[in-house]
This record gives sequence, C-alpha cells and structure tokens, in this order.
Amino acid sequence: MSDAAKASAPVFEPWKNPSEKPLIRFENVTKRFGDFTAIDDLTINIYEREFFALLGPSGCGKTTMMRMLGGFETPTEGAITIDGQNMSAVPPNKRAVNMMFQSYALFPHLSVAENIAFGLKRDKLPADRIAARVEEMLSLVQLNKFASRKPHQISGGQRQRVALARSLAKAPKLLLLDEPLGALDKKLRQDTQFELMDIQETTGTTFVIVTHDQEEAMTVASRIAVMDHGKIVQVDTPAKIYEEPGSVYVADFIGDVNLIKGMVVKSGNDHASISWAEGQQDLIGIAHDEIPHGTDATLAVRPEKVTISTDRPEGVTNALSGKVLDIAYLGNMSTYVIETANGTLIKAQAANTRRISRRAITWDQQVWLSFTDTAGVVLTS
Amino acid sequence: MKRFALISIPYLWLLALFLVPFLIVLKISLSDTELAIPPYTPTLDIAQGWAGVREWWAGLDMENFVWLTEDDLYWKAYLSSLKIAIISTLLTLMVGYPIAYGMTRAPDEWRPTLMMLIILPFWTSFLIRVYSWKAILSNEGLLNQLLIGIGLIDEPLVILNTNIAVYIGIVYTYLPFMVLPIYAALERLDESLLEAAEDLGCSRFTAFWLVTFPLSKQGVIAGSFLVFIPAMGEYVIPALLGGSKTLMIGKVLFEEFFANRDWPVASAVAVVLLLILIIPIVLFQRNEEKQREAGK
Ligand SMILES: Nc1ncnc2c1ncn2[C@@H]1O[C@H](COP(=O)(O)OP(=O)(O)O)[C@@H](O)[C@H]1O
Ligand SMILES: [Mg+2]
Repeated sequence: MSDAAKASAPVFEPWKNPSEKPLIRFENVTKRFGDFTAIDDLTINIYEREFFALLGPSGCGKTTMMRMLGGFETPTEGAITIDGQNMSAVPPNKRAVNMMFQSYALFPHLSVAENIAFGLKRDKLPADRIAARVEEMLSLVQLNKFASRKPHQISGGQRQRVALARSLAKAPKLLLLDEPLGALDKKLRQDTQFELMDIQETTGTTFVIVTHDQEEAMTVASRIAVMDHGKIVQVDTPAKIYEEPGSVYVADFIGDVNLIKGMVVKSGNDHASISWAEGQQDLIGIAHDEIPHGTDATLAVRPEKVTISTDRPEGVTNALSGKVLDIAYLGNMSTYVIETANGTLIKAQAANTRRISRRAITWDQQVWLSFTDTAGVVLTS
Repeated sequence: MKRFALISIPYLWLLALFLVPFLIVLKISLSDTELAIPPYTPTLDIAQGWAGVREWWAGLDMENFVWLTEDDLYWKAYLSSLKIAIISTLLTLMVGYPIAYGMTRAPDEWRPTLMMLIILPFWTSFLIRVYSWKAILSNEGLLNQLLIGIGLIDEPLVILNTNIAVYIGIVYTYLPFMVLPIYAALERLDESLLEAAEDLGCSRFTAFWLVTFPLSKQGVIAGSFLVFIPAMGEYVIPALLGGSKTLMIGKVLFEEFFANRDWPVASAVAVVLLLILIIPIVLFQRNEEKQREAGK
C-alpha cells in the first residue's frame, strides 16, 4: 500500500480506543520450564485485524508465546483469552487458531493439494466445497500448477507458500506465523512480506508474526512488541518504535543508532538536554517525561538524521565536531563514521544525490555533525 | 584397479556364499537318489574328460520337481507355511508396533536401555530360547501353573505342540526384526507434524492414523519382510514347539534330508522354496529403493 493510500484510509488504531474489545488478551502470563522462566508476567492486548509482530533476539520467548496461543503449551500462571473465552482448557484442535510452523511442518506423504485440504477434511465439509476452497488457496499462493506434487518435489519458497495456504484454508480468526520467512533469501522474503500484507488485507484475519528480523517487522506490522528475556519492553507502531524508542535496548535493537552517553542538565517542554563531552555543546532531544537534573542518560539518534558538513553549521540546535574515521559507500548513500575528541564514534548518513558532491569529505578531515532537537530521544533506561 | 577390487568384494561374497551353494543344490535337485556316498547320482567324474561331462549332463532330469506336484504333501506344506508366516508376521506387527511407538515416546535417557532390552535376547542361543518356551507352554509348564494357581482355569491349556505355540515362538523370536525398523521410522518423525495435524483439527487419535502411521509405513514394510521371509522357511520353531499336525515346509525339508536321506527331493523342495521367497525379496528391495528416493 502506498503512503497516499495509507493516509486516505481511516486510521487503524484499535489499541487507542478504550471501548474496543481485544481479540487476544494475555493477563499476567508466566511460563516456566522447570525453574527457567521463559515468559515473565506478560500482559498484552492484541486486536482484531491487527498484524502484530513479536520481535526479539533468539531465546527471548517468542515461540513460547505463539505455542501458548496455539494451545501447545499452557501458561504456568495467568490467563490467555481469545475472543473473550479463557483458553486454558481448550485443546489445539478446538481453537479457531491456525499456526504456520517455523519448519513448515508439511505432511511429506501428502501432495500439496492434500496438505491444504487436510484441515478442511477434519471439518467434514462436503467434497466439492473442499475442492473449491483448495483451488482458491492454490490461486492465492499461485501454486495451482504444483497441486499434485509432494513437498519434497518443490522448492523452499514454494513449500513456505503451501504452509501459508494450509494455515489460511480454514479461514482462522487468528493466524500465527512463527518466523515464516526465515528460510527464504532476501528477494523472495520481501516479495512474500508484501504478499502476506495483501492476504491479511483481503482476508481480514488477525496475524501474529514472530520474527527476529527487525526490517521484516517494520515492513509488515501494525504494531511491534519488542521482547527481551520473556518480557515485552515496548509495544508500539513501527514508526513510533523507530522514532521514539522507549529504552536503549529497543533503540539499539531496531535499526542503526548512535548512542551518546551523558548527563541531563535541563528538562521540560518535551525535551531534555544532556551534557556529554568537554568542549562540545549540550545536545537536545525528545523526552516526554521530565527527567531530574543530573540523571545519567543516553541520547539516541539515527544516522540518517545526522547531517555532515565541512563548516560549522548556522542556526542548528545540535552540533558537534570530529574527525572522519571511515566512509562506507553504499551506492544510494554513504555512511560516515566520525570520531569526536573524547573518542565517541558517531555515524552520519547522507544520500548520494549528486555524483561528486560528497567527495569534498575525505578520511581524517575535521567535520561538523548537526541534527534537530526532535531528531533524537533522551533515554534513561 | 583398487576400485575394481573394492566393488568385486561383495560380488565374490555373493558368489561364494549364495550362488555356488545354490548351484550345487540345484544340481542335486536334478539328480536321482542312490544308496551311496554322496547319496545321489550322477556325480561328475572330471578324470574322464569331455565324455564324463556329457554322461553327467545326460543323468540330470526334472523328475523330482514333477514328484513335488504329484504328492499333495508338498503343496500343502508350502501353503501351510505361507499361512503360518503371514499370520505370525501380522501378530509380530501387532505386538512390535506398540513397542516401537512406546520406545520413541520414552524419555531420551531411557532409549538406549530400551534398545538394549530389545537386542539382549540375541546374546543367548536361539535354540535354547525356543527350547525354554517348551517349559513355559507345556501342560505342566509355568504358564499353566500360574493360571491354575491364581484360579483362572481348572484344566491346563493345551498350547504346546499346536500351531499357537508356533505363533508364539515366531513372534517371540522375530520381534526385534519388526521393532527396530519401525522404531527407526518413527524416530525420524518430526514432532511438529503431529502438532500441525492437531492445529488443523485432528484429535490425537486421528493424528496417529493420518500422520504417524502412514509415515512409519516404510518401517512396517521392512519389518514385515524381515519376519515373513525367515518365518516361511522356519524349521526349529515348528520342530520344537509345533505338533504332529503342524505342517511347515522347513520340517518337510529336514525329514527328506535326514530321515529319508533323499537329497535330490529335499533339494528340489529347497529350490522351490527359494523361488517362492524371491517374490517377496524383490518386492522388499523395490520398497527399499522407493524409500531411498523419497528420503532425498
Ligand atoms: N520445552 C521446553 N523446555 C525447556 N525450555 C524451553 C522449552 N521451550 C523453550 N524453552 C526455553 O525457553 C526460552 C524461550 O524459547 P523460545 O520461545 O523458543 O524462544 P524464541 O522463539 O524467542 O527464540 C529458551 O531459552 C528455550 O531454551
Ligand atoms: Mg523461535
């Protein structure tokens, strides 16, 4: 969907509407394996038609959360409700939830079409209805030609589509996708991400997707939950997570970021200033809550928001100087690594709009970096 | 050259241990009985040269094979062996499958022990193990003593010297050959397939029949052939546990050889048995090949 289309469509933000009933509710859910806590007192609401992404490093409990939604694990404490119904006593085969497994879990002895029909047959639908639905699903994932092949006779990307079609066939209220695109190469992964979004839009299914690829989460999700050690550290829209991370952990996890450590010297009016190095001016960033004077804090600012120039820039709130340590030419843009007098490394990114314009800046040159007072956020955790 | 040597080893093996003995048996089956040592004629006399070979060749005929079709003892014994082999293969499958399934479900640290228990009986002589079943199954045996002791029956059950004892003996003896290939197939089974089946609406029970069983089919087929083929020609078990009414081709063969000293007829019986067994062996190998292809 283009930005223009997004702007004209009514804003989809059910989480901001207090009267909206969530489809999924985790209430103080804890899951322990022996004395290891995989999910730690987790509370979250997920709404109908959301494309909800769970993002976090390996081992943080994403799969465990999914498996609890699918019914393959039961919470040690707390309750999970789906559509208002407590799920604790509901087995997987009685849930209006389907899961696309990380390993695809296609039945090797069944053909592509039989795999897709598997769930429909369990519902004892008439044969012609099943055949029609299988046909529909095959067209959706563009695999009509491969209907009679066995899983081992098709490529990895095609297998992944079969798994997707199989999990969509029963038109579940909720679709769980556990690292669905992990095995695909970059190009195929991007195509499939857009396909997933299209499918979600046409079917209106609620998707919960697990990924450890932050770009993927940013691309597909309506909201992202960033997890760490069994806890959710932040839930927000991709833009919010990227622009205004709530903690250094989130800022560092999502995308490239400069983390400048310092001490708060002024706070208020949605902004805070930090003093960070001798001989350099204080830096200002966003801080919605007032931070006490003298608190240790980190200013997180994205490299693409930092402008590089050879002369001291005029009329900017944040400026600092340093020496060019490294230049990485990435084709459409270049990344400069600047070392300040106290040894802090800061990255700046500039688009290569004109072929030779940036050639003016070379290694070891003394340069200035600048950014606005809304470019970075001041974080205390 | 080295490669050639390597490849030729299995062929030499086959030649020495299968083809040569088979040709000797085939030759004897075409000969006639005679009270002599060896007890058949003609024997090849190389010293006479080409004439000797011609004379030897002229002495061979199909008489013994014709005889097999004339006396109904033989085809009845073949049929009865076939029946006993099929029934005991099915029984072994019914006992072996749950054992293999249970082994794959057992905690990881138990599995080597369970595997040991399956293989352990091979450490004692097969003959002794079958013989000890006599002590269990006889009228005054352990089983009857136990059943009478706990008051379940008044009269001892007659099991020994019946076909039931033969079935018990075959199931007991060949159980590992059934369990191991099924276990191997089940162990390869990806647990997430069962979860996927449940996710799509199967109960545990239907998931077993729709996913687990079909995916262990190769193991079931392999195990069944490994039991069926030796059971078909079994001699020791029917001889020790079966009764006078238990008719099996292995027993007939033994009697022809040692009681009647009719080597040529015994050899003919063996040749026919082999021809009958070649069909399942070929089927078995086809299955193995298919499995290898699918496994890729
Ligand atoms: N069945 C289990 N028994 C013991 N520990 C488990 C089990 N399942 C998951 N864990 C542990 O829980 C943690 C979270 O696992 P998981 O949810 O799979 O992480 P993720 O999907 O985020 O990589 C891991 O440290 C893992 O070792
Ligand atoms: Mg995982």
